[in-house]
Amino acid sequence: MTLQAFLLTASALFATGLYGALSQQSIVMVMMGLELMVNAIVLAGAAFWYHVTPGTADGQVLVLVAITVMALEMATGFAVVTALFRAQEVDMTEGAGELKE
Amino acid sequence: MGEPGAVWAVAVLPPVVAGLALGAAGWDSVLAARDAGRGRALRAAADPLREAARLLLRPPRTVAAADRLLLRAGVVLLPAVALLAAMVVPLGNAMVMDPAVGVVWFNAVEVAVWAAVWLVGWGSNSAFGLVGGYRFLAQGLAYELPHMFALTTVGLGAQSLRVGEIVQAQQGLWFVVWMPVAFAVYLLSVLAMAFWGPLAHPVADDAAGGAAVELSGPDRLFFLAGRYALLAVAAAFAVPLFLGGGAGPLLPAWAWSLVKTAVVLGGLVWAGRRFPVVRMDRFAEAAWTVLIPAVLVQMLVVGIAVL
Amino acid sequence: MGVVVFWVLAAGAVAGGIAVFAVDSMARATFALLLSFLCVGAELLLIGLPYLGLLVVLMMIMEMLIMAVFMVMYMMNPAGLMPMTMVHNRRGSAAVSAAVFAALAAGALLTPWPERRGVPAHDTTFALGEAVMGPKMAVMMLVGVAILATMITSVVLATGRGRYDRHGDRLDARRPADPGRGAP
Repeated sequence: MTLQAFLLTASALFATGLYGALSQQSIVMVMMGLELMVNAIVLAGAAFWYHVTPGTADGQVLVLVAITVMALEMATGFAVVTALFRAQEVDMTEGAGELKE
Repeated sequence: MGEPGAVWAVAVLPPVVAGLALGAAGWDSVLAARDAGRGRALRAAADPLREAARLLLRPPRTVAAADRLLLRAGVVLLPAVALLAAMVVPLGNAMVMDPAVGVVWFNAVEVAVWAAVWLVGWGSNSAFGLVGGYRFLAQGLAYELPHMFALTTVGLGAQSLRVGEIVQAQQGLWFVVWMPVAFAVYLLSVLAMAFWGPLAHPVADDAAGGAAVELSGPDRLFFLAGRYALLAVAAAFAVPLFLGGGAGPLLPAWAWSLVKTAVVLGGLVWAGRRFPVVRMDRFAEAAWTVLIPAVLVQMLVVGIAVL
Repeated sequence: MGVVVFWVLAAGAVAGGIAVFAVDSMARATFALLLSFLCVGAELLLIGLPYLGLLVVLMMIMEMLIMAVFMVMYMMNPAGLMPMTMVHNRRGSAAVSAAVFAALAAGALLTPWPERRGVPAHDTTFALGEAVMGPKMAVMMLVGVAILATMITSVVLATGRGRYDRHGDRLDARRPADPGRGAP
């Protein structure tokens, strides 16, 4: 359980989430990718706390914030999807671009 | 003080949970038989065993294009949740483990019921099943916050999340005496969690059995047994939280734990038969406008008293 | 023992993450993501963060189930009975994420990380509580305000019918005009 092992795992999670966020067309799937990336941050934050500064609780606070970010991201994301869908029956990322016009 | 990690506690846990679940099912059958006006209602106590044998022996139904993996996951999850949650419930002074965040453990495990009911409803590839799953999620959003606040109130009163220390903090005065609102909210959320009685909307008859509509054979047995086990374990957890754990005269602590659990569980099963089913959206409205403010005021009172 | 558990959980977390974008059924994708979260939560338990680990478990179960609702609402093919791909620029995304992984992994392995300073508090949960209620209180207050703002934002964005739709133009309807005839 070295710091490097934790960070490697977190890197793999982050890269997987990034792939999903970039490649998926459905907004819901994009959000799953984003969640996976924040998940990696939670793991990395906890690992830094344990391996670098276990004496203070700063790392724990970071993890707490990351968990909150996940929940907020999802709540706002779904609200936006719902608003989009109500406005113009759009649930794909391509369709959302037309809002600009 | 608790004695966590006792080997015999691990061995005793599954039979005790199973016994309590069977007792609850038997008591429910007796009440049903009495309501139906059948003579010698006590005989109905063995009905659950007959029903279990029937479910095991009869060939199960199958549904086309059911998602068997997810269905089985949900069916197995329900009894698993009950057993995992029971690990922090003390029997007298003994419990499988007594972590510093025992109350959080109970809460985190018990939330998996959401997953179990939705998975069963979704996996059986039936419209009514999915309706039941959705109903449970709506009900979950309603009961989970008051439930968490009730648990938080107890943690605040004992100034610890360790179940052993919560029991110790009640040596002078049981929490039920000065946290009656939290106790009532906890019992209500237990009914909602086990979708029992007035809060059985997720498996109600108006949706042909809701989430459990397509379950048959051993799957149905696991699901129903898991539901009774969950009801029993959640009722048993009310004892260390509010009713002083194993405290009591004459009898040994484990016996008092069992007696108090039986009283709470019997009361919940009885209440389940006495009240009509409440629609989940009405329950949600009441939960957010009445239960949450009430339990927050309770928490404030406890917080001031602790200061 | 701890090392073995760590690697099993790490493999579970990454495998769950990959499965999210590999399976056809969106329900399975949601629960694959949940598996990934649960493994990370268990990793936190492993390094002595019981409260945060259980918090991850608790919140992610609830979150994924809510996600399941929206997924069925907005996906064309939630059960994956007719496999279809809904991706764009797969090759470019794979290249970008592979490059990011390589960079992060190289950074993780090559950086001379500082020495471990101090030892964990006896009760890490207590230490966290003291931090957010003491020196780190600004963080907690900010998080609280952010949560409140999100609640308001998401309700405003998502709601289709406000109180004037429910209770009439003068808000004097005794029963709201809800689809399910809500409580008065």
